Amino acid sequence: MAVTPTSKQLVALNINGDDYELAITPSHTLLEVLREDAHLTGTKHGCEQGECGLCTVLIDGRPQFSCLTLAVEVHGSEIRTVEGLASGGELHPLQRAWGETGASQCGYCTSGMLMSAQALLERNPSPSRTEIREALAGNLCRCTGYQAIIEAVELAAVRMRGAA
Amino acid sequence: MAVTTEPTQAQGTAVVGGTDPKIDAHAKATGQTVYADDIHLPRMLVGRLLRSPHRHAKLLSIDVSRAASLPGVHGVLTGEDLPIRYGIMPVAQDEHALALEKVRYHGEPVAAVAAIDEETAEEALRLIEVKYEELAPISSIADAMNPNLPLIDVERDRDGNGVGRQVNRKGTLEFGDVPGGFARADRTYEDLFFFEGNTHLPMEEHAAVAQWEPEPRGRLTLWSSTQVPHYLHRTLARVLELQPNRIRVIATPVGGGFGGKSDPFAHEICAARLAMVTGRPVKFTLTREEVFYAHRGRHPVLMRVRTGFKEDGTLTAMAFRTMLDGGAFGSYGPASVYYTGALQTVTYDIPTYKFEGVRVLTNKPPCGPKRGHGTPQPRFALECHLDKIAVDLGIDPIDLRLRNLIEPYSYSINHLRVTSCGLRECIEIVDEASGWRAKHGKLPYGRGVGFAVGSYLCGAGLPIYFNDMSQSEVQIKVDRGGGVTVYSMAIDIGQGSDHMLVTIVAEVLGLRPRDIALVAADTDLTPIDLGSYSSRVTFMAGNAAVQAAQRMRDKVFAAVSADLGVPVERLVARDGRIFDRDDPDIGMDWPAAVGVASVLHAPLVTAGSYKTPKLAGPYKGGGVGPSPAYSFTASVVELDCDPDTGVVEVDRVWIAHDIGKAINRVSVEGQVVGSVYMALGEALFEEQTFRRGYLKNPSILEYRSPTFLEMPEVETFLVETDDPEGPFGAKEVGQGPLLPVIPAVANAIYDAVGVRVDEVPISPDKVVKALQEQAKGNEPRVGPKAMPEYDYGEPVRVDPPDQLSLREVLAP
Repeated sequence: MAVTPTSKQLVALNINGDDYELAITPSHTLLEVLREDAHLTGTKHGCEQGECGLCTVLIDGRPQFSCLTLAVEVHGSEIRTVEGLASGGELHPLQRAWGETGASQCGYCTSGMLMSAQALLERNPSPSRTEIREALAGNLCRCTGYQAIIEAVELAAVRMRGAA
Repeated sequence: MAVTTEPTQAQGTAVVGGTDPKIDAHAKATGQTVYADDIHLPRMLVGRLLRSPHRHAKLLSIDVSRAASLPGVHGVLTGEDLPIRYGIMPVAQDEHALALEKVRYHGEPVAAVAAIDEETAEEALRLIEVKYEELAPISSIADAMNPNLPLIDVERDRDGNGVGRQVNRKGTLEFGDVPGGFARADRTYEDLFFFEGNTHLPMEEHAAVAQWEPEPRGRLTLWSSTQVPHYLHRTLARVLELQPNRIRVIATPVGGGFGGKSDPFAHEICAARLAMVTGRPVKFTLTREEVFYAHRGRHPVLMRVRTGFKEDGTLTAMAFRTMLDGGAFGSYGPASVYYTGALQTVTYDIPTYKFEGVRVLTNKPPCGPKRGHGTPQPRFALECHLDKIAVDLGIDPIDLRLRNLIEPYSYSINHLRVTSCGLRECIEIVDEASGWRAKHGKLPYGRGVGFAVGSYLCGAGLPIYFNDMSQSEVQIKVDRGGGVTVYSMAIDIGQGSDHMLVTIVAEVLGLRPRDIALVAADTDLTPIDLGSYSSRVTFMAGNAAVQAAQRMRDKVFAAVSADLGVPVERLVARDGRIFDRDDPDIGMDWPAAVGVASVLHAPLVTAGSYKTPKLAGPYKGGGVGPSPAYSFTASVVELDCDPDTGVVEVDRVWIAHDIGKAINRVSVEGQVVGSVYMALGEALFEEQTFRRGYLKNPSILEYRSPTFLEMPEVETFLVETDDPEGPFGAKEVGQGPLLPVIPAVANAIYDAVGVRVDEVPISPDKVVKALQEQAKGNEPRVGPKAMPEYDYGEPVRVDPPDQLSLREVLAP
């Protein structure tokens, strides 16, 4: 029994194409609901204050910090997380490029970084280096020095344009 | 499978030196990797720590009764529940999981709770009543030298008497005839420098999960984001008073370490104890603010460097003095002190050398090892000092270095055995690539280039606690389908140790890295590796893996030889086959070879181990600095410095690193660029700032680090010197490339605007202040003006080493 028993609230979310109906604590963030209620632990946290970008997910196609978003606010929304990037057992071009350029070292920033990159490529299939830097500037990485991440986004962009 | 056209392995490696994606890359990119905080066990409780609101205070009483009776709270601990002291180093057993008698820093853990959920745990913390009596805080090195302030350490001696001391450790060493060395100099120089403390800021907040299987078996399992599962295992056994065989530590993939997860921590010990007392799994995940208090980061160091030079730029003597602000506990401090004096000698031929170092305790979060451990601070000082001397002597800074370089295969003055050394090549590469000669001293005002070098260990030569056992062991098991599994306690903290291990084994067995399974970092399942610190894993676990794999190959070759009638010495393992090098059509694929070997040489299990040669110098303190090999790095930084605002924008970095041999080029280059990044953060922004002893910036927003927008392009060059003792000739890369970049930035700022900022970080206000001094006709410099008085005592005098012909013994 919790110290502050609160009545749960039902939230409907479409996460990576799957419909969820979850009874959640209304004060919980989308980050908490994804990790603890939907058991999608691919989305990480590094501050829970909107400062690091690790928890970035796509909410109706827009990259947002799930740590600053109450789950009840996004009732009825489509959420995409790192678990939804690969489809049909095939790696997403970003994921493949990530491995090739060494864009993950410890990997903890990877999920949020991938979602920001995916959002960028959806709205701008041919980003310049400057555009990549600006689009991803809200996502911190302590391992790579960012260079391999930029290269991965460029590589994936080329391949995605080729496939389109 | 295609048969290679290359007839022998001697003509080159198949996968070592390649660019395959790391074996853990796709699990990380799909969210599959399970980090410590991703673990969820049935009935799991949430653990939280209550932390001290005071910097320095006596603990008068703790009343946990209200917290313990709160519904949903299952366990509460205070210091009295965990009274046994511990510490990572045997000579610094000064920590308790939860404070006893007093608190030493704002943020120190005082009590722990386990509750049904986070909200309940937080409420329980609020209900714990602690009475403190505040003491005057020690907030700086100067405070620590003040005899009128209260002592921090209340450690008892064997008779139970207080042996309080502010000085945590000191060392004074003199190699050769130092006064004679200075007497031979035409000119002597002296400079003071200060390197402010900073922190690792790993993206993953520390987390640990404990589970207890009740008596009679009574077994504890602890998952933790730790760089040192073996030392954590030992500490848990000591503090919990459990036999080691009743404890299993599993290091989960570490979401960033950089040295910050190399100590045993309160949350790990409290998770374990709370799991034992509640009978339920308990998870602790630190908040970002708590990570700043856990710290163990870069020591603030005040430094004085004195050197003697001949007019022609030949170094005759060096005296280096350091004072380290250690924070509240010992941690790795006894080693950190010596590291501020150990590796200056590895890049330059220093004929006589004196080192004096002292580490003091202060009421701040404890310092420890951060990337480069104790060596970035003196490297910053030394390389800036040399830049000034080059100006004074009228010699190009690069030429001044080249004139004094250490020779490959020689002993440094402090008895460090230098083997392969590509420093000269590294320097020549960045000199050329950066266009140094056309730029240095010649760029327009506001733009400049700076140069520096560095060197780092390929693993500490000695284990942290004294023993003669191997430092790393690797086992290999091959199953009947041909599947190869490697077992190693090495923990991947992002540096790529998992991929290094499978690449080495794949190379020896003629397979691909992705064919190899790996079980890592589990004290029940894997043989010893001491941990991911001191850049030791590739050299040590890598060598153990080579040996285990060669023994496995020997077994398989013996069986294949008997089966095919081909002499063993003609067999080659490559591209998934074992075949006759003289007639590649004669052979069999790996699974078939394993089939015959399983009959003749069962079980298909082998092991290898690695221990460093005897390397310690013949003096007290000689255990810090020795390593089986050293990496070397040279770097040029080009930047713009706005003289109006003091803002520095780094435009480009050229960096050449002597890696020995790259096991995986993508991983190695990633470590180089990552090191440059971290160095630039430290050079320009990153610092712990305190207001009256309280950390001012315990958040990612306030602790400024470089984003995509501040990171320049980096041109990386790898120099392969083929170290005679490294696995496939490999050396380290995780730490060394950080070292030259910080002083290269400072030197470039001088080249740009003509002022010296002898203090890191070089924030815009310091640049502007130095420019203002320049405008007033004062010394155009910002930096420390004096060191506090301190008696370092009589030095331990050490004769120079005999320069054995190492080249004859070791050179390839």
